[in-house]
Amino acid sequence: MVFPGSNCDRDALQAARLAGMDAQLLWHEDPDLRGSDLVILPGGFAYGDYLRAGALARFSPVMGAVHAHAERGGLVLGICNGFQVLTEAGLVPGALLRNASSRFEHRWVRLSVERRDTPFTQAVPAGVTLRLPIAHGEGCYFLPGPQLDELEARGGVLFRYAGPEGNPNGSARDVAGVINERGNVCGLMPHPERASEALLGSEDGMLLFRSLLESAAAVAAR
Amino acid sequence: MSLAEPPVQRGQPDSALHRVLGLTDHEFGEISARLGRQPNELELAMFSVMWSEHCSYKSSRPLLRTLPASGEGVVAGPGENAGVVRIGDGLAVAFKLESHNHPSAVEPYQGAATGVGGILRDIFTMGARPIAILDALKFGDPADARTRRLVRGVVRGVGGYGNCVGVPTVGGELVFHPSYGANPLVNVMAVGLLEERDLTRAAAPGPGNLAVLFGSTTGRDGIGGASVLASATFGEADCAKRPTVQVGDPFAEKLLIEASLELIGERLVEGLQDLGAAGITCAVAETADRAGTGMVVDLAAIPRREVGMAPFEVMISESQERMLAIVRPERLEAVLAICARWGLLAAVIGRVTDDGDVTVISRGGAGQEQAEPRELARIPARALTSDAILHAREARPPTHSRRAPAPGAAVLPHDGLPERGMDPGAVLVSLLGDPNLASRAWLTAQYDATVGSDTVEGNERAAAVIRVKGTRKALVMATDANARVGLLDPYLGALTAVVECARNVAVTGARPLGVTNCLNFGDPERAEEYWRLQEAVRGLGDACRALGLPVTGGNVSLYNESPEGAIAPTTQIGIVGLLEDVEWRVGPAFRAEGDLVALLGDTVPGLAGSIYAEHAGSVPDDRPPGVDLAREAALLAFLPEAASRGLLRSAQDVSGGGLAVALAECAMWGDLGAHLQVSVGSAPAAELFGEGPGRVVVSVNPTCWTDLQALALRHDLPLRSLGTVGGHRLRIKLTGEGATGAAEDRGSGVADEVDEALAVLRHAWQSGLPRALGESG
Repeated sequence: MVFPGSNCDRDALQAARLAGMDAQLLWHEDPDLRGSDLVILPGGFAYGDYLRAGALARFSPVMGAVHAHAERGGLVLGICNGFQVLTEAGLVPGALLRNASSRFEHRWVRLSVERRDTPFTQAVPAGVTLRLPIAHGEGCYFLPGPQLDELEARGGVLFRYAGPEGNPNGSARDVAGVINERGNVCGLMPHPERASEALLGSEDGMLLFRSLLESAAAVAAR
Repeated sequence: MSLAEPPVQRGQPDSALHRVLGLTDHEFGEISARLGRQPNELELAMFSVMWSEHCSYKSSRPLLRTLPASGEGVVAGPGENAGVVRIGDGLAVAFKLESHNHPSAVEPYQGAATGVGGILRDIFTMGARPIAILDALKFGDPADARTRRLVRGVVRGVGGYGNCVGVPTVGGELVFHPSYGANPLVNVMAVGLLEERDLTRAAAPGPGNLAVLFGSTTGRDGIGGASVLASATFGEADCAKRPTVQVGDPFAEKLLIEASLELIGERLVEGLQDLGAAGITCAVAETADRAGTGMVVDLAAIPRREVGMAPFEVMISESQERMLAIVRPERLEAVLAICARWGLLAAVIGRVTDDGDVTVISRGGAGQEQAEPRELARIPARALTSDAILHAREARPPTHSRRAPAPGAAVLPHDGLPERGMDPGAVLVSLLGDPNLASRAWLTAQYDATVGSDTVEGNERAAAVIRVKGTRKALVMATDANARVGLLDPYLGALTAVVECARNVAVTGARPLGVTNCLNFGDPERAEEYWRLQEAVRGLGDACRALGLPVTGGNVSLYNESPEGAIAPTTQIGIVGLLEDVEWRVGPAFRAEGDLVALLGDTVPGLAGSIYAEHAGSVPDDRPPGVDLAREAALLAFLPEAASRGLLRSAQDVSGGGLAVALAECAMWGDLGAHLQVSVGSAPAAELFGEGPGRVVVSVNPTCWTDLQALALRHDLPLRSLGTVGGHRLRIKLTGEGATGAAEDRGSGVADEVDEALAVLRHAWQSGLPRALGESG
């Protein structure tokens, strides 16, 4: 999905193709998702992040189609700014606030994978943590305490910051990524699409893309 | 292009318009001679910005002509928006360095942000997709509150813009030196990748073609870049004057990048030019002059964001994020459609002519269509650009200057380290924590270095490695300057910067392709300052000729002065190199226990200009180390060959902090210690902490040692084994006459070895910068 200001769209396209997906770029003004099984909302600064990160993108002409896609059980992955758009659009719970450091943070982090029974994580081997880069100014995950308890109880927290690299942005309970109740919409702040080749420092991100490819194939086979 | 940097006002204030605009009486005479009449007010305003130092290079152009511009694979050189060099597979790399010093001193966030925006436009104007940004920043004392404010603002500005447009910031420099206290330097380098067939010129060929302005609207921001224009004596303009620093909009820039590259890819434009300093005037005059054509501009057709703008304001506004495309009439519709798709305003503002003139007309203001357009200005395009005035400035060396010793000269009898009772390990720890040498993580963590999914090596390395998708190749890029040496000897400062930058690229295994530069100097109207500039250009030329590197472009920033004096002469160098196979790349970190550690090159005498000298407070009568250009050229040939044959485990350039700091970096970054012996002559400080050029620390698998020795011999390079990699301490035992025995004879009893745990070194290195700036890590 290309919004004006998306800047990880080409990275996501490349990673998806590298995983073996038949992937193409969609345009924010065109509500036709062209039969996609999976829609990726990429990182960047959609509409310049004016007003608030992700706040304008959710009014984009295509977002109605993304809602309908999600309601049909279609897969949606929001990365970084895409996660912000998903929270603004109400497709996943929570909000992303300014980093605790109040600075933009770019660094490599480590993620623990809380569940491996989702379409996003089924190819991740047990006990494996993921090394991925983050690059954001507003990635501090927030949800009021009781709602966060509820989210955790239903297994809605999919990724947490872990290991010696720690929590880079002050997110509540180290939450790095969440999944909706139905289990088909996921948002995360780190960039799996940039960790797609060993040459670039890690290929852990491909585990998520391979999971998605397998799940989409399974859905299609049914 | 950036804000015009105004000449210092001298003498009595004078109400004559040309003087108010910063033009001298002599220049006014030259303008009248080129026109064959006296200019009107609008024409004078256009001349004043185009004949500014920033746009015309009127002081530096005679010097820059002496630089070697041609070379293998150069497809665009000086005079274009950016240099372009072929890299094979039908691809080419575009790169350029540019300053945004004065705006950043006034308004650090916007000054730095628009600096990034301006240099990126220079890259994509050529048809290249920007793939990397490097920022070279120079500030005064980090303990000073003003410096801290500037650092925070500039770093946020560079990051705020680069992160948003989605171009990774992968390297650069951060230097603190007291001479930059009131006049910080913000130099930004951008690198882009293009298919050679997409190379686009900033020219306006084909009379009858249309001039299309697209992007942001035109406002009063950045008028003339000089407060001189905010004078009430100018015309009827009485509306509020805005600060002269432009405001950047990276979101608009991102749309401009995509739209411009789409226009080029679809073969819809004949020429493309970004709007920077001197705004529409500069874009129109330069494109017409490059094509030998003229251009007529209809003032009323230019979309504005403010009402009541005077003609001169529209013509010289430096509003950001605007582009000028030259379009065949039959392709106009397609061009407008692409701009509309990206949400960009586009308007036909003029037409290419064959008369060689830049003509400004107006078809009348809002609602008052006139039958006959009024002609407001007519100036030969050449007179504004290639035939602009040149000044022969007077150059005079300072009364007191020191010369460097010739390469190979004997090391001074002793250099004070043992006498001061210094423990070399403690000196090393203190150097690693120096804000000029410590980890830049505090700063670089604020930059997105991995967007684009091409970054193989980023910040915290002397050079960045960016792979070229779809090939086995990688581009390697670095930017360096040496202000401390430049202050003592501007010629040597330029030489040192070129060879260090080239070495930083070559240690990765890459072959340097070309050089861009940014010359940051003081007031050229002062003979000593002009001499410094002249010497630096001479050094730049000598170094590039000796290394066989073309100078493909650059930028000059003069009048970098404050009441406290001129900045240290700063020749900022940017080099891009090509690594034929990214798998050949060599990193700086030690990689395996048992590998041999060796030093390529010889220690050069001289401590002046080093960080050590700064720490020591003073050094005995001394000079900065000289440069052996033949040795440097041999290194540039040796390193890529050794890398391609897989002979090197690691390679690290010796520069700031000297050999000991280079060894510490190899160890910290590899999380592997080393057990080494360094034979020190009578000058242990020069051996351990001297910053003499021409040296590289390598580590080698023992099975490759004899092959490496043979290769070094063939390139006539000294190769000296220092010891082996292993453990978690850095141990450097000093041997020879400069070590303990000799020192103890003199009664000082200092330690004869460095023996520090990596954890201690790493702590000093990691905490140095935030501590110096009073920031939390």
